[in-house]
Amino acid sequence: MFKNHPTLKHILGRAGWYFVTFLVAVTINFFLPRLGDANPVDTIMAKVSAGLDTASAKEKEESYLKEFGLVEVDAAGHIKRDAQGKPVRASLASQFINYVSMSLRGDLGSSILQHPKRVSEIIKDALPWTLALQLPTIVFGWLLGNVLGALAAYKRGVFDKVMYPLALLMSAIPAFCFGILLVYVLGIRLEWFPAVGGYDDGMTPEMTFRFFASASYYYVLPFLSVFLIVVGGQAIGMRSMCIYELGTDYVKYAKLLGVKESKILYYMFRNAMLPQLTGLALALGTMVGGALITEMIFSYPGLGMAVLTAIQGNDYPLITGCTLLVTVCVLIANFSVDILVGILDPRIRAAQQSGK
Amino acid sequence: MKMFKNLLKSPSFVLGMGLFVATLLLAFLGPLVLHVDVTTRVGLAFTPPSAQHWLGTDHLGIDMISLLIAGLRSSLYVGFLAGTVATIVGTLIGLYGGYKGGLIDDVLTVGTNLFLVIPSLIVLILLSSSIENGRSLTLIALIIGCTTWTWSARAVRAQASSLRGRDHVSLARINGYGTMGIVLLHIMPYLLSYIFMVFILQTATGILSEASISMLGLGPYDSISLGKILNEAIRNEALTDGAWWAFAPAMVLITVIVFALYVINTSLEGVFNPRLRK
Repeated sequence: MFKNHPTLKHILGRAGWYFVTFLVAVTINFFLPRLGDANPVDTIMAKVSAGLDTASAKEKEESYLKEFGLVEVDAAGHIKRDAQGKPVRASLASQFINYVSMSLRGDLGSSILQHPKRVSEIIKDALPWTLALQLPTIVFGWLLGNVLGALAAYKRGVFDKVMYPLALLMSAIPAFCFGILLVYVLGIRLEWFPAVGGYDDGMTPEMTFRFFASASYYYVLPFLSVFLIVVGGQAIGMRSMCIYELGTDYVKYAKLLGVKESKILYYMFRNAMLPQLTGLALALGTMVGGALITEMIFSYPGLGMAVLTAIQGNDYPLITGCTLLVTVCVLIANFSVDILVGILDPRIRAAQQSGK
Repeated sequence: MKMFKNLLKSPSFVLGMGLFVATLLLAFLGPLVLHVDVTTRVGLAFTPPSAQHWLGTDHLGIDMISLLIAGLRSSLYVGFLAGTVATIVGTLIGLYGGYKGGLIDDVLTVGTNLFLVIPSLIVLILLSSSIENGRSLTLIALIIGCTTWTWSARAVRAQASSLRGRDHVSLARINGYGTMGIVLLHIMPYLLSYIFMVFILQTATGILSEASISMLGLGPYDSISLGKILNEAIRNEALTDGAWWAFAPAMVLITVIVFALYVINTSLEGVFNPRLRK
């Protein structure tokens, strides 16, 4: 059916693969937190039961049990009860089915710490900050790193001697260490930039110029802290890739033929780019993880901060909600890179042309 | 022997190995020379460095040098254990899939790629936060090892599948060797140098992962690690108090170990892979 559309076939194949990965991620998200003995309802009850009499505490507990899908519910939405009037506990399998169908509908339950706020609401507030921080840093960091790496490999000399050790150091500094360094030196000691937070105290997120200006000022340090590390890591990869390309026959041959330098550089860049793009797909998970920890160091109001507060408060629905969303974002980003590779890879393009 | 001479000729190997050996000496000889005590309060919170306590005290008034040595030991321990587990799991899966090929290889590759895409930090967070009690240093190291093996499996698989068609492998098969025998006796020896490099990188990853997880407050309950020192310092406002000695030395130590391991890895690549030698 897709014989004549290799690109489309490639895209559909990848889409199917990523859907399977998504299901595995949902499964992990469901089962791992249930490995432990912690029960979310007990955690909430410990918090809210104080001052309640037994009957209303029991009623409350049952409403939570129902909300977290821990008991069987009949078609009318009432809790099923056994002969003694006790609620029937849902089996792990039915809990799982319930969880998957809820996740697919975007319903992630409600937070324990900020009960009855929905997890999806908290995430909706946090996600734009994370996207605004991570998307540009990774995309532009990747681009700049590759250009610098290719230039260093081609020019060698002083440029390479300065850039290479710097890039090596940047790629070896753990993201969180660099973040702490920036907070302390530029934020607290020199007071050039605000050290923590996403915008001025007393402001609420809104679409005004004043808020935007404040947010951009707070953006500088977290941006730099992730950006420079991505640039360093990518520059090193691209540099060694280009040094390899420079030694290949096609470059030597082109040089002997007297092909223009810029043209050789262009060919070399294109050939080294594809593995770098595949490398990006593989490194995305680590990059996003590192950036999440950077968010925590800067108390940036994104998903990283949400995960941190959730962990500190044993807020399981919020932890799993955030981890699932981060995974979904990484999957989408990976999928986009995969599609890009499919479009750029001359082998897939060639198959497309010969298929016509 | 010749390889060893080549290694010593490489300045980056000498640099990396020197730094790494220095951290090892600090971790293992430090307690013999310096007085290490991580339970006694020797001063006020965040006492600045002095002649008695070279790097001051932490938020509880405990000597920083003692904490750093203890933290360094745990971080190295986590790194080695997690690195060993990840290398063994990754190597076995990679070798087996790469040699077998066919359906088994496909299944293993799909599985590996799956866990490669799902961020390992996420799996680490989920696992660690579900184990509320008994999150010991060893358990954390094992968990890290079980979540970071993926890329080494991928790398080893690529190498192993290039060896499977070699004559000596076919000969071994004709002579009746079993799959494990061929994988371990006739393929793995060719990749030992490669696997050693994988181990070095996995160790670095292990140290970094432990620090990340501890930064989230999901660190070990039974020991001090470099990541935990950082976490405690930040939680107790060492940054705003200007107590640089409470976090900077731990940051330097983590960076030095990871940098040293990366440099060793790069220089080994230059020596083991003759094509890269100039």
